[in-house]
Amino acid sequence: MAAIRFLGLLMLCCSLGVQGNVLPDERIDIMYHGYDGGGASIDGPSILVRKNLGNSFSIAANYYVDMVSSASIDVEATASPYSEERTEYSFSTQYLHDRTSINLGYTKSTENDYDATNYSFGVSQTFFGDLSTLSMGVSYGDDLVGQNTDPAFEEELQRRRYNISFTQILTRSLIAAISYETASDEGFLNNPYRSVRYLDPTNGSYSYSYQKEIYPGTRNSDAAGLRAIYYLPYRAAIRADYRRYSDSWGIEASNYELRYTHPYSDQWLFEAKFRHYEQTAANFYSDLFPYRDAQNFMARDKELSPFNSNTLGLGVSYTLAPGSIPFFEKTTINLYWDRMRFDYEDFRDVRVSPNDYAPGQEPLYKLTADVVRLYFSFWY
Amino acid sequence: MKLPGLRALLLLSLITVMTGCARIEPWVKPYERENIADPIMSFERDPVADSYLHHVYDAREAARGADGASGGGCGCN
Repeated sequence: MAAIRFLGLLMLCCSLGVQGNVLPDERIDIMYHGYDGGGASIDGPSILVRKNLGNSFSIAANYYVDMVSSASIDVEATASPYSEERTEYSFSTQYLHDRTSINLGYTKSTENDYDATNYSFGVSQTFFGDLSTLSMGVSYGDDLVGQNTDPAFEEELQRRRYNISFTQILTRSLIAAISYETASDEGFLNNPYRSVRYLDPTNGSYSYSYQKEIYPGTRNSDAAGLRAIYYLPYRAAIRADYRRYSDSWGIEASNYELRYTHPYSDQWLFEAKFRHYEQTAANFYSDLFPYRDAQNFMARDKELSPFNSNTLGLGVSYTLAPGSIPFFEKTTINLYWDRMRFDYEDFRDVRVSPNDYAPGQEPLYKLTADVVRLYFSFWY
Repeated sequence: MKLPGLRALLLLSLITVMTGCARIEPWVKPYERENIADPIMSFERDPVADSYLHHVYDAREAARGADGASGGGCGCN
């Protein structure tokens, strides 16, 4: 009897991927995703299908759509509300040989003013009694940047990424991973629609005007992350993530996340998390430049400004009784909700009346956003 | 590059790798991995949901990479 339990446990380990490299689960995921905050609403579907071919190959395809309706603060300040759609197709394959797996990926993203193509390659090897996994990957992105208001506008952007990660089972209840990634972008990196503002006493009551952003043509970054999951004395897990980031634009950032996962009976799974993120400004960022053409490079993108954000997330997953849906071994219904709060430390809300606030004295901008993921997962 | 934590992380990684080469037997046996095998111990339990959230962060934060997501351009600058 003990031997049967032992064998059963071994098979469970194999099927769940802790016994060395294994092919991913065969599954279908159908998700509705929604983001609503700061005047922008972005939602759409994402569908993933994964299928094994024999014992060594796995293929996957993902169809993803962002439907954007935006009247964000940038848009309100210098442009008109707009709607657009971004469609993304991804294909990937994984080849497994003994304890080695090789991954190839291709992603194509299309919208009316931006085309992105990405190729990726990765190798993963398990060793040390399958307690350790070393993974390395590279990716190359080739983007075409357009502009709706100027059909002749076309710029290129190349993105390169190199990453390495090491995952270790430390105890029978603790698994940890360390990762490092360097990225290098070269080409047109700014948003062709976005502007910076500068003091302009000649512009009536506003006392400031706008001109186009100008970014450097290269950006290099390094990021290092550490994460761990610990199985608590009862059936629940706590997870911690930490990452530090630095780039050639002078931005330094860090974030951490704590997550608690608690199954209840065999059907329910509850999750709660907290994430904190903070960053410094790019060295060519300013909310208000002193005069026109004040610097070689100028940005007023709030994503390059100093800010911090906090995210609180809650989620629930329900596993349907076996056999509820024909042809599928297991089916889950999942709902996750995240509330994100951004506090900008040097990005001001210019929608106020210029009669009430002098330039550079406007209230700092804050943003709250809700992110929803509703998805159905089918294993077969 | 100013990453105070990076050296410590790399050193930890190096020590871990070197320790792995030093004829120390794997200390968690296959039959002791019941907890580790539980789906709640997975870094990426639901790939579609995880990659979407990485996309949300990437589009609104300057930082990128080393977060468990596969790299690539999202066309969202």
